[in-house]
Amino acid sequence: MNWRNVFTIAKKDWIEVRQNRYAWIPMLILPFLFVVILPLVFTLVMPGLNVDPWDVLEADADIRFFMERMPDSLARYIDLQKPMESMIVVMLGFMFAPMFLILPLMYFTTIAAESFAGERERKTIEALLYTPASDADLLSGKVAAAAVPSILITWLGFVVYTLILNLVPYHLFHRLWFPLPTWWPLIFWITPALVVLGIALTVIISARVQNFLGAYQTSASVVLLVVVLFAGQVSGVLYLSVEVELVLGAIIWLIALVLGIFAVRTFNRGALLAGKK
Amino acid sequence: MDEIINCRRLAFRYGEVYALHDFSFQVNGGEVVALLGPNGAGKTTSIRVLNGLLQSESGTCTVMGLNPSCDGAKIRARSGVLTETPALYERLTARQNLAFFGALSGLSPLDVERRAKQLLGMFKLEQRANDRVDSFSKGMKQRLALARALLHEPEILFLDEPTSDLDPEAARQVQDLILEISNLKERTVVLCTHHLFEAEQLCDRVAVMSNGHVTAAGTLDELRAQVIPFIRVIFRLANPVQSEWLKAFSVMGGVTDVRLLEAQTFELILKDERPVPAVVELLVKKGVGIQAVEPRKASLEEIYLRLQQNHEEVHA
Repeated sequence: MNWRNVFTIAKKDWIEVRQNRYAWIPMLILPFLFVVILPLVFTLVMPGLNVDPWDVLEADADIRFFMERMPDSLARYIDLQKPMESMIVVMLGFMFAPMFLILPLMYFTTIAAESFAGERERKTIEALLYTPASDADLLSGKVAAAAVPSILITWLGFVVYTLILNLVPYHLFHRLWFPLPTWWPLIFWITPALVVLGIALTVIISARVQNFLGAYQTSASVVLLVVVLFAGQVSGVLYLSVEVELVLGAIIWLIALVLGIFAVRTFNRGALLAGKK
Repeated sequence: MDEIINCRRLAFRYGEVYALHDFSFQVNGGEVVALLGPNGAGKTTSIRVLNGLLQSESGTCTVMGLNPSCDGAKIRARSGVLTETPALYERLTARQNLAFFGALSGLSPLDVERRAKQLLGMFKLEQRANDRVDSFSKGMKQRLALARALLHEPEILFLDEPTSDLDPEAARQVQDLILEISNLKERTVVLCTHHLFEAEQLCDRVAVMSNGHVTAAGTLDELRAQVIPFIRVIFRLANPVQSEWLKAFSVMGGVTDVRLLEAQTFELILKDERPVPAVVELLVKKGVGIQAVEPRKASLEEIYLRLQQNHEEVHA
């Protein structure tokens, strides 16, 4: 593997995404909503409006169900004597946790689909294939182009989220309460696994579809996993405790590994070109 | 001269359809060779196979002494390819495009900078070097793509339909650049095209392709001798042509046919130019004023069309 080639390919893809505001502006809006706006609504706006936290926690049947069936390992982070704190912990500490996985998903589906299928659609792939760079260089460069920003931006979002959740409601908590232990495996174990799984899927799909949209839509189906986690947690069927997350991450890594090996084996110049005919 | 490309009976197929079949092709070092053929003849596929992008399923091939099936990367490091579409990154600038491909070709950043400056100047793009490619005209994009193909100073240059989709002025500019490159005789050039005039003007040798294989190859004179083995000589006279003169010419040695074209113009179909002085002498003896004698060799277009026709007849 030639690391200079890998970096050159990844850097080119990053410049291309940066130059395409229609790609990166939507990629900023959703994270801004999740990482900044929603936390501020719960930590700044709602306490300021004198909303009764029990109205939020008990009005919705799903949240009530979630609270009633919550295992002790999670329940110990909630002090029901402090309703406003409880609401913030339940909503921002537990309920939104699976939704945080949408961040890497947004990035890798957009960048990877653009990087693989987009190049074929714009017919730039052929010039790239005529360079002396090996198949491994091409694949690694394109995987790095999608994986590195997806993971780094998710981690950066996590840092901002942590700062907001600790600093803004400090007058309520009087301590640094976030991240809860469940967030560590979510961010550093499940997120990279999900990114690798999604990119492997995109590589496989991109060799079979003709355009960016086809690859984007198919690889974005990984969002179903996030929806299942969210629904599972809300319905009280699956609580994302540390143990559950470790097992879930291991399963995603295993699937990602199998798909990754398949993607590496099927990625070659001949397949990319022959697929065009 | 050393043989730089030598392919024998290559075959390649996309699924069930053979794109190359019994494809044999030779090119000597320093030559400019045209690969002529209609769309779908296999020209682009042959470039892909020669550069190791696609693996042939049978036959043998060497490019610069290397086997494309296992030494593709080494071949691509020493070859440059102008693809059918410019295949440039439109959101990047001209300079960024060259820097990207230069780095992947193994050039150092200093060499990339030096070569980019040199080629952007040579191709009259230096004023637009820092502009995004999506603001370029088709002709400018094609010139930049040609600069990209030459960036790493390849020993062999493959040009795949370099003037298709260009307006006549842009096509002329690209043809002039190709002529300039080929006149330098620094590198071997393989030009895939279906523009016969372009091939006739730019190339030392021609290989005609049909249905995935080369049906004829050689210099224009060799192909002419092989496909249309006669020349036409047109005589324009000051007096009306007499039918007895035509009868006399038709029985002369080396004359295949005689045709009256207009009242004062006739043509002879000859095996070669040797009977011409005798015909002129005969006309002069008869006191006929000769305004012009115009030998017309078969053009590449005539040769090409005859070859395609022959091929279709054989397959019919």
